[in-house]
Amino acid sequence: MKRFLLFLPLLVALVLGVVLFAGIGKDPTKLESALIGKPVPKFTLADLHNPSATLDRSLFRGEISLLNVWGTWCPSCRDEHDDLMWLANDKGINIIGLNYKDKREDALVWLERLGDPYQTTIYDPKGILGFDLGVYGAPETFVIDAEGVVRYRHVGVVNPKVWEETLLPVIEEARGNS
Amino acid sequence: MMRFVLAALFALTAGLAQAEVAAVYDFDTREQEVRYQNLIAELRCPKCQNQNIADSNAPISQDMRNEVYEMMQAGASNEEIVDALVARFGEFVRYKPELDSRTFLLWATPAIAVFGGLLVVAGVVIRARRVERQAAGLSAEERARAEQILKGQDNTSDS
Repeated sequence: MKRFLLFLPLLVALVLGVVLFAGIGKDPTKLESALIGKPVPKFTLADLHNPSATLDRSLFRGEISLLNVWGTWCPSCRDEHDDLMWLANDKGINIIGLNYKDKREDALVWLERLGDPYQTTIYDPKGILGFDLGVYGAPETFVIDAEGVVRYRHVGVVNPKVWEETLLPVIEEARGNS
Repeated sequence: MMRFVLAALFALTAGLAQAEVAAVYDFDTREQEVRYQNLIAELRCPKCQNQNIADSNAPISQDMRNEVYEMMQAGASNEEIVDALVARFGEFVRYKPELDSRTFLLWATPAIAVFGGLLVVAGVVIRARRVERQAAGLSAEERARAEQILKGQDNTSDS
């Protein structure tokens, strides 16, 4: 018994070491979405390109899609734009845009100038859908399956590395299930 | 001259400081305002990580404060308001996490540490007492011999 007690501090140090080591390299600014496994929240918002058309969450049914939250005020969104173009054009990914807290004119100029990777863009100037989705910093990209259920949320830019290592596996899993 | 420049600078920046103040909300009663202040003090800003939404100037915190206010005006309870925000942003936004199987250790660690400490203290005290008793404990035979030795009649060496 006494012998065992001598090793107790070592044991405590080891357990603490394992716990702390597990935290190394984790980015605490990237939060897991609270919506994973839940359907996209209800919304009724206008189409960016067509102010008289209203969109709702039936938009996400039928096909796996990426929902990309962006705004012209967001520098990182400019950074990932070319990669979104690549995903839409070369990989044939269905990307829905959520123009978040932005001005319609600015957004249209941006898409005109840089190209439009989005099948449809939801216009959310007040950030209503963004708030319901728990968006806390653009750009964010959600993977949404064919039933309109949120599978994953990526915070930060999408690039070929993120695509290969993070988004593609989630999409493949969603494809396998549905 | 210098004084004038400084005065002008202060006059100019005073306006800036005022522009920073976010939307001000009106409450019917003082209790409601206190309730609102308490709520926004225990909700955490998801963008700024270590600030509550009362202190944070991030747009997301403004949206969250607005939601808290709107829900309060609509008659929601504190629990409903916090749950609505947790449903969107996750458990992260709670500075006071709920007690459930995942957060059990978080809540229980202080109690476990205190209890463990008490056990250690109790162990040390009990052991010290036992050692004391053993040291003091001479049998009647031993005591008699000890007295003889002290009187200088140690029969083991004499006989």
